[in-house]
Amino acid sequence: MNVELDKVKSFVDKHACDPSALIAILQDIQAEYNYLPRRALLVLSQMIKTSMVDIIGVATFYSAFSLEPRGEHTATVCMGTACHVRGGPKILEEFERNLGIESGHTTEDKQFSLETVACLGCCAIGPVVVVDGDYHAQVSIRKVEPILRKYQTKEKKDDAPN
Amino acid sequence: MLTIYINNTEVQAEEGWTILDAAQFYGLAIPTLCHNPGLSNYGGCRLCLVEIGEGKYTKLVSSCTYPIGEGLVVHTDTKRVLEARRMMIELMLSTAPGSKVIQDLASLYGVKQMRFKIRNEECIYCGLCVRMCEEQMDAKAIGFQNRGFKRKISTPFDERSYECRLCGACMYICPACALRCQGPDADTAVCNACLNLDPTCVEVYDELQCWMYDAGQCGTCVKKPSDAK
Ligand code: FES
Ligand code: FES
Repeated sequence: MNVELDKVKSFVDKHACDPSALIAILQDIQAEYNYLPRRALLVLSQMIKTSMVDIIGVATFYSAFSLEPRGEHTATVCMGTACHVRGGPKILEEFERNLGIESGHTTEDKQFSLETVACLGCCAIGPVVVVDGDYHAQVSIRKVEPILRKYQTKEKKDDAPN
Repeated sequence: MLTIYINNTEVQAEEGWTILDAAQFYGLAIPTLCHNPGLSNYGGCRLCLVEIGEGKYTKLVSSCTYPIGEGLVVHTDTKRVLEARRMMIELMLSTAPGSKVIQDLASLYGVKQMRFKIRNEECIYCGLCVRMCEEQMDAKAIGFQNRGFKRKISTPFDERSYECRLCGACMYICPACALRCQGPDADTAVCNACLNLDPTCVEVYDELQCWMYDAGQCGTCVKKPSDAK
């Protein structure tokens, strides 16, 4: 993706080049590109006079930020205690097998990103999987594939075997 | 000048000092790892723990970061402190058993066992290299990344960076990635080759009577009678 300098600059200007607004600026960039492009971070680092180390430190600390392009849909598998004992890891494994990626990464066609979370606060309906903000309760290995298909784009669905 | 009480002795200390500064000024041994006089205080290794407060309301604080105040009561070598320090050493041993600095600390403080899973990580996240790079070398080439068990120290994007001049200061100051001494038990998790196994005391004395008290205790009082050989 081409990173337009002006856009990044306008985000920084919005916060008056204030280094303490780093997170807010990063959020803007993340919202615009769905990830934090490297060039944007370099520009940002120069503009707010904050070292790259600090910016990367913040960007990797919060799971809201991603350094690699995120997929169109984000599937989050709960790995909290309650979901864990009800088979969370198995479901994650099934997602990983289905998408062919490890958690924390994005499929090559940029359709799905896979993530884990430690408890979403709705343990009673666990194991929980959240895709783009929709909660899927009592997920089992068998439900994984239908969930994914629901979010796959139309053409993809037609391409898919069976 | 402030008046504080270290190990029941009234001493004068200057404003702005930390407990560690005061203790060192009066020649009390407090072990440190992540503290370095040329760098800012960090409070990461928790080796320099001391107990502050009186009676029921005591708590453990890291002496290298705790600023003193008027009338502060500090104990540098209580049972609780020694036990906490041992635990910290044990945890660091499990992370980086290859480090000579940590092995020496284990020997010095009588840590004879290691009950955790060995991780062989060569990093205990003391942050010395990060501070060294920023404060002394003025480079800011490395920093902490990620969080939790994924935390690591690296350059941005894990690449050689323009800021890094390959000065090697980070390696110079690192207590964990240095080569281990080749003692007789060099392959085990707790080497203890240098540990003096004879306890200095046969009996346990209280703070006032212990002649080693202010010089850093021998540790007999916290050893269980069963493991005193
Ligand atoms: S453990 Fe999954 S929602 Fe609480
Ligand atoms: S020396 Fe005080 S916490 Fe490490």
